[in-house]
Amino acid sequence: MAAVATCGTGAGSTGSIVATTSKNNVTSFQRKGPRASGTDSGCSRLVSIAGTRPSVRNGQLLVSTGLPALDQLLGGGLAVGTVLLIEEDKYNIYSSLLFKYFLAEGIINGHTLLVASAKEDPADILQELPAPLLDDNYKKDLDEDICNHQTPDSNIKMKIAWRYQLLPKMESGPVSSSRFGHYYDASKRMPRELIETSKWHGFFFPEKLSSTLNKEPCSLTHGYRRLLQFIQKVIYEEGFDGSNPQKKQKNILRIGIQNLGSPLWGDDICCTENCDNSHSLTKFLYVLRGLLRTSLSACIITMPAHLIQNRAIIARITNLSDTVVGLESFIGSERETNPLYKDYHGLIHIRQIPRLNNLIYDVSDVKDLAFKLKRKLFTIEVDKHN
Amino acid sequence: MFPELNNLLNITPDRAEQGKLTLLCDAKTDGSFLVHHFLSFYLKANCKVCFVALIQSFSHYNIVGQKLGVSLTAARECGQLVFLEGLKSSVDVFFRAQAEPHPLQFLREADAGNLQPLYEFVRETLKPMDDGQAAWRCPVLLVDDLSVLLSLGLGAVAVLDFIHYCRVAVCWERKGNIVALAHDSGDGEDKENDILLNGLSHQSHLILRAEGLATGFCRDVHGQLRILWRTPSQPTAQRDGSLTYQYKIQDKSVSFFAKGMSPAVL
Repeated sequence: MAAVATCGTGAGSTGSIVATTSKNNVTSFQRKGPRASGTDSGCSRLVSIAGTRPSVRNGQLLVSTGLPALDQLLGGGLAVGTVLLIEEDKYNIYSSLLFKYFLAEGIINGHTLLVASAKEDPADILQELPAPLLDDNYKKDLDEDICNHQTPDSNIKMKIAWRYQLLPKMESGPVSSSRFGHYYDASKRMPRELIETSKWHGFFFPEKLSSTLNKEPCSLTHGYRRLLQFIQKVIYEEGFDGSNPQKKQKNILRIGIQNLGSPLWGDDICCTENCDNSHSLTKFLYVLRGLLRTSLSACIITMPAHLIQNRAIIARITNLSDTVVGLESFIGSERETNPLYKDYHGLIHIRQIPRLNNLIYDVSDVKDLAFKLKRKLFTIEVDKHN
Repeated sequence: MFPELNNLLNITPDRAEQGKLTLLCDAKTDGSFLVHHFLSFYLKANCKVCFVALIQSFSHYNIVGQKLGVSLTAARECGQLVFLEGLKSSVDVFFRAQAEPHPLQFLREADAGNLQPLYEFVRETLKPMDDGQAAWRCPVLLVDDLSVLLSLGLGAVAVLDFIHYCRVAVCWERKGNIVALAHDSGDGEDKENDILLNGLSHQSHLILRAEGLATGFCRDVHGQLRILWRTPSQPTAQRDGSLTYQYKIQDKSVSFFAKGMSPAVL
C-alpha cells in the first residue's frame, strides 16, 4: 500500500478544491490542490514542510509516526491536526518505544518537539531516543542528489534530475530508507549533535507543581490544566496556529504525552472505578483536539488503558481520539510460551482510524497483526498462525 | 444526500416532513455518514440549518459536502447554515474568559452545568426572520453528536433537558426538525449514555441505527442499518414500521441492499 505523492503528476487525483479558511486560522485540513506541473517551485506548496506529504486519498497533510510499517497501516501516516492514542502494553515497554520513534522522527525531520511526562524528565527521554538507520543505499541517493545540485551546466540534465528529486522516495523494504519515514536502530542512541540542534520544549509535571495557578474553578485536574496551558502557550508563541503576526511558522509541532491518565498526573481514573472527576481526562482530550485542529501539530499520547477500571471511559476516550492503536505484549502471559507465538513479541490492534474529509477511510484487510522487535527493526506482520 | 437512502425513507427534498425528531445512533461502527446525508439533504431542501458540530472541524464537513453536492461555505455566507464549530470554540472558551455567555460555557464550569446557553443560541439562530427576506422552508437543528456532551461533564438529564427544550422551540413552535447523533456503547457499560439513548428513543419519530456486522469486519458490507418509524404521541396506536438493510460506503455515496444481497456475494 505504498502511497505516491502526486506532486508533479498533476491533475485528477486530489482535485483542485481548496477549502476556504478565515485569515487568522490555519487548519491543517486544507485540500492542497496541485498547481500546473512544471512551474519553478512546482510542488513547494505541497511539500513545503519537511517530513510531511499529502495523503493520496484526500490531500490531507500527513507526518510519519516514525515506524513506516505503522504508517502503512494507518493509511500513509498520521494526519496533521490529529491525535494518535497508544494503549500501552502491560509493562510499558513497547509503547514507550513507539513514543520514542515518534519523537526521533521529529528530530530527523527538523520538527519542533513538545514532550510532556509526569514520570521522566523530558531531557532524559530525549537522550534515550534511538539512532536513525542511515544505510549505504540511502547514503548513495544522498550523494546523487548533491552531485546533481552541483552540475549546473546541462539544463536538460538538471531538469530531469530535479523532477526526480521532488518525488519522495518510496520505501521498498527494510533496508532502504526514504525521506518520509525512517528506520531506527533501537540499540543505539541518537547522536548528541542532532538532539542539541533540535528545538524542543519539555513539560515535566513535578517541576510545574509548585508554581501558582489562577484559581478559576474547572473540572480539570491541576496537571491537565497546566499541560493544556503550556501547549497553548507554545502553539501561540511559536506561531503554529498562524495567529501570531510576528511569527510565520512553517513547521510541524510534534507533541508527545506520556502515560496520560496515570496517577502521576494527579488523576485517579486508573485507581478506582467511581472516580471523583471522571470527566477530567475526557475534557482534556477534547480541548487538546481543539488545539490540534487549529494548528500545524500532531500528537502522540500513550495511556495505560489496561489500568482504567471503568470501561465506559475507555469507550469515551476512543471516541474522542482520532487514531487508536492498542499494544498487547506477550510478556508474562501464557502466550509467551505458546509455540504459535514464538516468533513475535506481541499483538498490535488498530482500534480506530479516522475518516477525515471523507466518507471512507483506508483500512487494511488484515486484522490479525503481530509485532516483533529485532535489534534494528520494529516490524509488524500478519499473524501467520492465526 | 444519498438517493438510495431517500428512497428507503420515502422522502425527497421537496416533500420533507416537519416537526420531527430523528435519532441517529451507531453501535460498534461509525454512523457519521448519516449526519452528512441529513446535512446535505436539508440544505438541498432549502431549509435553514443550525449545525452544532462538536466532533469535527468545518472543513471536514465542507469537503464531504462538496462530494455530496452542497457547498457549506456558500450556505454559510448566504445565511442558510449557521455552524457552531465545537472544537474551535472550545479553545476560545477554555482559555479566555468570555464577556457574555458562550454556547459552550459549560466547559469552564467545575461541576455539572446545564446547556441553557446552547439552547439560547439555537433558539436565537432559528427564530423567524422579521424582514421577510429569503424565507427558508423550515428550521432544522442538527447535532453531531450528543454523546460527547456526556464526556464533557454534563449529565444525561441535562442533555435530555436540552433536547426537550429544543423540541418545543424548533419542532412544536416553528414546525422544524431535529436530527441528532448519539453513540451506543452496546454492552451496557456506560449507564449515562444508555439513559440518554433510551430517553431519546422514546421521543423520536424516526430512528436510524447503524450497526457493525455481528460476524465482524467485511470489506464489501460495512454494516447494517435499521430504520424504525415511530409515533411517540400515540405509542400503542399502530405498529411501528421497521426495516433492516445492509450498506456499503463508497467515495461519494452509500449503497443499500437487503440483507445477504450484497453485490459481492451474488
